Amino acid sequence: MDVQALLLTLRLAAITTVILLAIALPLAWWMARTPSRLRPAVEALSSLPLLLPPTVLGFYLLVMLGPNTAVGRALGAIFGHTLSFTFAGLVIGSVLYSFPFAVQPLTAGFRSLDRAVLDDAALLGASPLRTFFSVTLPLARPALTASAVLAFMHTVGEFGVVLMIGGNIPGVTRTISIALYDHVQEFDYAQANHTALLLMVFAFAGLLVLYLRRSSSLARNGGGLA
Amino acid sequence: MPETLLALRLRHHFGDRSQPAADMDLHFSLMQPWSVLFGPSGAGKSTVLRALAGLLKPQAARIIFRGTCWTDTAAGIFVPPHRRGIGYVGQRSVLFPHLSVLENVRFGVRNAQDGMQRSREALELLHAGHLAMRRPQELSGGETQRVLLARALAPAPKLLLLDEPFTGLEMPLQAALLQSLRAWLAEHPTPVLSVTHDVSEVFALDAEVIVMQAGRVTVQGEAREVLAAQREQMLQLLRG
Repeated sequence: MDVQALLLTLRLAAITTVILLAIALPLAWWMARTPSRLRPAVEALSSLPLLLPPTVLGFYLLVMLGPNTAVGRALGAIFGHTLSFTFAGLVIGSVLYSFPFAVQPLTAGFRSLDRAVLDDAALLGASPLRTFFSVTLPLARPALTASAVLAFMHTVGEFGVVLMIGGNIPGVTRTISIALYDHVQEFDYAQANHTALLLMVFAFAGLLVLYLRRSSSLARNGGGLA
Repeated sequence: MPETLLALRLRHHFGDRSQPAADMDLHFSLMQPWSVLFGPSGAGKSTVLRALAGLLKPQAARIIFRGTCWTDTAAGIFVPPHRRGIGYVGQRSVLFPHLSVLENVRFGVRNAQDGMQRSREALELLHAGHLAMRRPQELSGGETQRVLLARALAPAPKLLLLDEPFTGLEMPLQAALLQSLRAWLAEHPTPVLSVTHDVSEVFALDAEVIVMQAGRVTVQGEAREVLAAQREQMLQLLRG
């Protein structure tokens, strides 16, 4: 078992999930509530990674983070080097690649909230911010959990984007799925099997946690959120 | 001459402009401590209450409560619901499902020093003290209504809006709730505007009546005067 690759993957997934939740929470709330005509375009854009081949996303990121673009040069000036083939570059790629997995459950959860609950909070003197933190978020907790678990697990399993943007540098960009690919390339099927099995068990455990929480939430509230 | 508690002028159109029935154009002033908006379903009673509460932004409106402007579309004034200090129990009101009964009632008085005491008092007044630790999902319809009313009363609102809060409840429970509410109002004089389409409820309340029909106010006055015909009709029905 490649412990170094496993730890690097878990670190990448944890950082990606935290960043994604910070972006997805306000964006999902906006998409669930806004009457803006821009919403379909924003929704389509945020869902793009679902249909886009990971290699396409990885390729454009590689180009964008390189020294030949303004974004790449700006990031280079901030970090002192280009972000291609670095852990920070991997984080940016992972955030983009797992974006819909964080945003969509939250948007669905916010949309299913009963408007009357939010109205009642306002009538009891709660500001929009207090309503969000003391009513909206607690009621959307199942959706928040789904968002975090899916974003984390999806990042753990990513391959195409990582390979394109990060390459295969042990301890820096070599994630567990790249390690699995290496094992197969080396005809080390026993190691490949261990790694693949671990990823499968991990994905199943994550989904099991998600569905168990959803069942208990439905039993508690008699219905509820995605 | 009693003081004008509330002055409202409202014009609003719902949805498609080709539907004249969805037009609202009305004005009235409240001077009595308890007034009732009476009219058939679809007359626009709940819309008036929602506009008063700030849950609906009318296309044209001016709402003044005790000298304070809550809405003036011409002047671009709109006080949001959380700054109006209104107690509201509507047909769609719900308890927060993630909070206990006591936490629900405390929600509106969380920052008050005596918030806990006021919450418990409101629950006791509505004979719901024993429900304090229950979850909303464990309550019957009648118990839920009592807690909703306690939650609206605990912050001592400036104005109480009740949108058919007793509909669907059995008569003895309606009477008990009304008695509790009157007891609270005796201690905390608060103007009330309630909505109903039930003639017997209007007479039980002994309040000033504003009759609404298809988005307009048709008449305003004492119940025994403005609803005499409806009362006679109801009595005839009861006599068989």
